[in-house]
Amino acid sequence: MTNLVWLVPLFPLIGFLITGLGRNMLGKSAGWIASLAILASFVVSLLVFFEVKSSVVAGPVLVHLFDFIHIGSMQIPFAFQVDALSSIFLLIITGIGFLIHLYSISYMSHDDGFAKFFSYLNLFVFSMLLLVLGANYLIMFIGWEGVGLCSYLLIGFWYKNIDYTKAAQKAFVMNRIGDLGFLIGIFLLFSKLGTLDFTTLQTAFTTGNLDPSFITAVALCFFVGATGKSAQIPLFTWLPDAMAGPTPVSALIHAATMVTAGVYMITRSNFIYSLAPQAQQVILIIGLATALVAATIATRQNDIKKVLAYSTVSQLGFMFMALGVGAYTAAVFHVITHAFFKALLFLGSGSVIHAVGGEQDIRKMGGLKSSMKITYLTFLIGCIAIAGIPPLSGFFSKDEIMMHIFNHGAFGKVFWSLGMLAALMTAYYMFRLLFVTFFGTFRGTEHQREHLHESPALMTIPLVVLAVLSIAGGFIGVPEVLGGHHALNQLLQTVLVPVEHLEHLSHNTEFVLMGIAVLIGIIGIVIAWLGFKKYNAADESKGLATFFENKWYIDELYASVITNPLNKLSVFFEKFIEKSGIDALVNGVGKMIQVGSQKFRLLQSGLVGFYMFLMVIGIIVLFVIQVWVNKL
Amino acid sequence: MLILLLILIPLLGGLLTFMTPSSKASYTAIISSIGTLIVAGSIYFLYTQQRNAEMFAFDAQWIENIGARFTIGISHGLALLMVMLTALAFPLIYIFIHHQKRENKSVFYGLMSLAQMGLMGVFIAKDALLFYGFWEIALIPVYFLSSMYGGSRRIAVTFKFFVYTFVGSLLMLVSLLYIYQHTNIHSFAWNSFVEAGRNLPLGSQIWLFCLMFVAFAIKMPIFPFHTWQPDAYEQSATPVTIVLSALMVKMGLFAVLIWLIPVLTLGADYWMNTIMILSVIGIVYASCLAMVQTNIKRLIAYSSIAHVGLMCAAIFSQHELGIQGAIVQMFNHGINIMGLWFIVSILEDRLNTQDLNQMGGIAKVAPTFTIALVLISLANIALPLTNGFVGEFMMFNGVFNAASPYRVSLTVVAGLGVIFAAVYTLSMIRKVAFGNVNTNTENFKDLSNNELFILVLIMLLILVLGFYPSLITNLIAGN
Repeated sequence: MTNLVWLVPLFPLIGFLITGLGRNMLGKSAGWIASLAILASFVVSLLVFFEVKSSVVAGPVLVHLFDFIHIGSMQIPFAFQVDALSSIFLLIITGIGFLIHLYSISYMSHDDGFAKFFSYLNLFVFSMLLLVLGANYLIMFIGWEGVGLCSYLLIGFWYKNIDYTKAAQKAFVMNRIGDLGFLIGIFLLFSKLGTLDFTTLQTAFTTGNLDPSFITAVALCFFVGATGKSAQIPLFTWLPDAMAGPTPVSALIHAATMVTAGVYMITRSNFIYSLAPQAQQVILIIGLATALVAATIATRQNDIKKVLAYSTVSQLGFMFMALGVGAYTAAVFHVITHAFFKALLFLGSGSVIHAVGGEQDIRKMGGLKSSMKITYLTFLIGCIAIAGIPPLSGFFSKDEIMMHIFNHGAFGKVFWSLGMLAALMTAYYMFRLLFVTFFGTFRGTEHQREHLHESPALMTIPLVVLAVLSIAGGFIGVPEVLGGHHALNQLLQTVLVPVEHLEHLSHNTEFVLMGIAVLIGIIGIVIAWLGFKKYNAADESKGLATFFENKWYIDELYASVITNPLNKLSVFFEKFIEKSGIDALVNGVGKMIQVGSQKFRLLQSGLVGFYMFLMVIGIIVLFVIQVWVNKL
Repeated sequence: MLILLLILIPLLGGLLTFMTPSSKASYTAIISSIGTLIVAGSIYFLYTQQRNAEMFAFDAQWIENIGARFTIGISHGLALLMVMLTALAFPLIYIFIHHQKRENKSVFYGLMSLAQMGLMGVFIAKDALLFYGFWEIALIPVYFLSSMYGGSRRIAVTFKFFVYTFVGSLLMLVSLLYIYQHTNIHSFAWNSFVEAGRNLPLGSQIWLFCLMFVAFAIKMPIFPFHTWQPDAYEQSATPVTIVLSALMVKMGLFAVLIWLIPVLTLGADYWMNTIMILSVIGIVYASCLAMVQTNIKRLIAYSSIAHVGLMCAAIFSQHELGIQGAIVQMFNHGINIMGLWFIVSILEDRLNTQDLNQMGGIAKVAPTFTIALVLISLANIALPLTNGFVGEFMMFNGVFNAASPYRVSLTVVAGLGVIFAAVYTLSMIRKVAFGNVNTNTENFKDLSNNELFILVLIMLLILVLGFYPSLITNLIAGN
């Protein structure tokens, strides 16, 4: 089956072509066609996964499709690599992708661009599959840019709103900044090693004595790429704006595709990073900073999707912290569990938005739990999971990350404490969101109140499935101390370069840390409960809170430091260098010629004698030159 | 002999068109251009099959006493690609503008055909004098075309264009004659030029290179010799703009690759860093200017200058990948920019404006048009799986591997162009297609069958060549 892995991206591609080309004829069936395509991919992915799982030691299977670039010194095949890592991602992408597709059939049913929407979704999944299947960095990069494009198309889906299209553009440009870093990393690798294949590179890195500064440079360049796609400081500001797209898109971007790309890429490049401790340190610090900054912002947002968006940024920060300490399995584990509960939360928020007629401001909601039982319960499960309360999935993955950080070097405990602070805020802002939205009394208009309703089955079924996964998803990685054997860890060992392991924490320490983590989660929930069980709108923000509410003024900072100066520079170029500089010079030369030739024209007097005179002068001049040159 | 038809068909077609009444002129032009395309296609087929090499080389006596011969031939992938591009562009242009109103159609189409002949000649000439002759023959019809058809400032703009390129041509002629003087047997043949040029002392190569490079830099154009271009693109009629930007720009690059670097190798090494730096400055500079344009034609003009800057930098990286990438891109850029001009032409035709601020909301009223706009724009910013990507990727690799102390910073700065390209291109899409319709755009008609046919062809080329670039890279792998 692994040799047929190309079927996995092929189905969404076909789905994209059918729904895209037939968008005017298909009507509502477009949604089903697109969903079916993803379902087919999911089935193939499952088969592939089990085949990989049953033969874990055999190493990666390479599926060569055709030569993509085949010229002189550059031989880059269009090839796929199937191993534990890529097959796990295949499952996440197609599995959750399928649920989101199903949900969208109902969610988008009244939209004019129904078929177009599904064709973009299919393309999105296709790009993401390409990204994780590629057997070399170039194919990965194709998928990498592809998801950037799809996010652009989907964030700006409602193109009549010019702000939405600006958000889409911002996402694309920010991603491109990261992509440039990724590209330069690729150039570095290729120019030194002449190949981009993962397997060959892995051998070169593990056996060859490469210059450490070279390795660090590659690692940092790739990380720049990851900060773009996975919304880390300093390139994270596009992700919260990305909620301009329809809600299922947010679910897709935040859970199954796109933002996980950076984590995947660094995990895939673990053979580079395990040799680049300085780069890892940078990742750890950036990850921590992102987790904290985004969490503070999330505590003060009033748009239901914005809270979730910043929560994603913050959770990605956790994943990068894990990458920074070389805990790749923990990072992937968190990707998986996060995919479950974040897809759940976004789809849940979509259900809420649907019910209140498009309103996204939680200050105008409240008391929804009585009218939307399924949405409420599943949303609650998502909140518990992300807050890290056992035995839900988020607990296990976050716990594993925190253990590794605690055990990491001299400052491990400091990082751990700060990470715990972010975890505290996570629990707080999620339950703030939950209480304000679902508890208390409804604060919207009378018209909205009458129309409050639970969403149709096509929307609630994905919610229920995701809720079950959010509850049970953690069991794929139960740690030894709790009597598990960490199935995920065993599976991923095959694709990770072995590194010397630090001493394991003692079981007692692990229990204590777990206890603290759970306690912190509960404290966060309690604070939220005290503050928001009965929400009143008078809760105005002041001081530091305003600072958080305005997202640390980072957008403003970028505008005044980068965008505006660049604009001014361009205008300066246009006005002073181009128009009054170069062009004026050129025109001046042109004018001089015109004026000059007007004067010279007078020489054509028609008098033969004068011509003869000039001729003689000419001959004399030539003669003098001749003498001069030949030094006679 | 087959290759001779590449010149003869457009020549005879052009002359015939002059004599045809205006109402029928487009048909003669279309027929002759399709004939040329068929010939070019057969040559492509034979070339890839490596058969009948004698069919695409021709040599005849010309001006024997000064050693100039009428030698034409296609011996490398670059020439073949340029011939294919030229052969492809003209029928597309003719079919696209077939329904447009225009005065003196027989003159218009006749001049266009002659320009095609000149271009073909430039790409296949293997004799320096012949090359120079075709170079001028290609330009003259374009001078007439841009001064007779186009916007209100066209006379002044054409004058500038003329002076610029004429200066360039003179510089080139002087240098060609100088090298000719140093050939062993006084011959204009490419081989003897290469031999003579390489034997020149470094001192002469340095200034000769300078002269010739300026000539070609004007044509490409490279910063700071570019200011004729935005004006010319803005003021010329779209078909002429396409000829200028998709094809004539390639003449400069082609000449650098065939007539400059192989001939004056020492000079090329000497100037390499300077030219790469100039080109990279040009990329950033032109990208910045593109970001503040409100006129869509000027925006595309600056975008094109940025792209050409990268090609020039890649060529002068003197690294195999850079040069190959530039060749790939020369073809693909031709396709993409042609597509962009078709898009602009549709906009200008229906809205009577080039001002981006007066557009908007077209996605609502013309979805098919918008798909074409978006896809072609994406190819313009080198998105993977469009044809723009592979060449750009190779070129960057080339620059990165250049034997220059500044290679890393040059790559990074040139890379900024990639980001800026996304900014101005997406802004262009946004201003044209997104938002709400206004009084200008509310009656915008979607593509006609004619336009659809052409744009679908271009989009297919973009995707096929993007997905399977070997179609092009195989042609140039050998050299």
